Amino acid sequence: MLTATDIRKSFGPTEVLKGITLTAGKGDVIAMIGSSGSGKSTFLRCLNFLERPTGGTISLGGEVLACHRDRAGDLAPADPARLRALRARVTMVFQQFNLWSHMTARENVMLGPIRVQGLSRAEAGERADRYLARVGVAHRKDAWPGFLSGGEQQRVAIARALAMEPELMLFDEPTSALDPELVGEVLRVMRSLAEEGRSMIVVTHEMNFAREVANRLVFLNAGVIAEEGPPAEVLRAPATDRLRAFLATQSH
Amino acid sequence: MINWTIVAETAPAFWGGLQITLLLLVISVASGFLLSVPLAVARASQRRALWMPVWLFTYVIRGTPLLVQLFIIYYGVPQFGLIRDSSLWPLFRSPWFCAWAAFTLNTTAYTTEIFAGAIRAAPAGEIEAARAMGLTNAQVFRDVFWPGAWRRALPQYGNEVVQMMHATALASTVTIVEILRVARDVYTNYLVVPESFGVAAVYYLGLTLLLTQGFRLLERHYLRHLDPAASRSATPDPGKPRHA
Repeated sequence: MLTATDIRKSFGPTEVLKGITLTAGKGDVIAMIGSSGSGKSTFLRCLNFLERPTGGTISLGGEVLACHRDRAGDLAPADPARLRALRARVTMVFQQFNLWSHMTARENVMLGPIRVQGLSRAEAGERADRYLARVGVAHRKDAWPGFLSGGEQQRVAIARALAMEPELMLFDEPTSALDPELVGEVLRVMRSLAEEGRSMIVVTHEMNFAREVANRLVFLNAGVIAEEGPPAEVLRAPATDRLRAFLATQSH
Repeated sequence: MINWTIVAETAPAFWGGLQITLLLLVISVASGFLLSVPLAVARASQRRALWMPVWLFTYVIRGTPLLVQLFIIYYGVPQFGLIRDSSLWPLFRSPWFCAWAAFTLNTTAYTTEIFAGAIRAAPAGEIEAARAMGLTNAQVFRDVFWPGAWRRALPQYGNEVVQMMHATALASTVTIVEILRVARDVYTNYLVVPESFGVAAVYYLGLTLLLTQGFRLLERHYLRHLDPAASRSATPDPGKPRHA
């Protein structure tokens, strides 16, 4: 479904991603782990071009997103409309939630379907109610983000990403900004999404989530995939010292 | 102490002046608003070729008195034969056009800086989330970027409009019969201050009250999402996520 091939990214002279190839098929739940600075968030952001990769290709449904080089030497989509189409099919959940603060929870969820998919307000409203209920925040739908707890905000953000009915969801450390007691409610929602067969790539520090929910674990180190495989196996018997050392630093 | 007969006699003239003052304010603030939105975007841009000219414009305008700007446009521009001979001459001969031009330039400069500040303070994450959803640049601007900036700018913008209302008094120097000009005429005729300038002050005070109340309502509407009282009452979610 989504294939990233040989993704490279440099910030000035620093090469952060040194050629990463990853395919997410239908129903895949891929957990990406790695120490901070390993490039996992940068890689995730390259998949929807929030960060322009310096090299490599992204293809969705077998179709490669055509690119040219921008002035900084990075890859820019040749046709912005094609990129927008990709983004509508591959939505993202952010570490800092990034809800639109002047819109209510419900309006946050409605905007994408209205603007990008051309739904009427009534249709988008129904869809928003459905997905807000799905993540357990229906009772907060008319609240503004500033009135919501972190866990509620992140669940609204998940509903916002879900409402686009995407083929793949990208989660960029979705629980890292949450108070410990709020992490569970967000992970439970993500787990239930995985269980209903949704495809997702999750950059995370939650080892239990990676072990129990993901069907594939990817360990990034210094801009390359150092290990990859079924989570239970990879975590039980790490093949590299790097992963062993990384796991030793994790509390779970 | 106050001669109410004079007040009554001059009331229709003041009423006319009030309408002129409001008209001046509305046309200047409206055109200033329309001009300052794109200028503020340019001002907040990273590109030198965009922000430099706008910065220069706001610097010069904000660095000189509005009265000087008005006089330069009203008395200065006609000195150029080029303009007297051009089709623009009827415009620059009109005090209304000159007042409108000077006021618009002035309020545009101040409003541009207010909006530019609000634009610079835009939360990058919100813009990113909108892009990541597949919105076009125009949609990102209309739905996320501008509504946020507008809300951040609103309190300061309200002050600017009130100050602009006071500044319309300068139009009296170029023969426009707004409130202050009416007051001067009353003073010239009767040589009384309370019934002339005193009444004008009351009118301006009333307008200020009206505008500040208006902006208070606007803020109540646009800044609901920031209401600290409501924030305090935000309760942790009692429910559990529903697993469908």
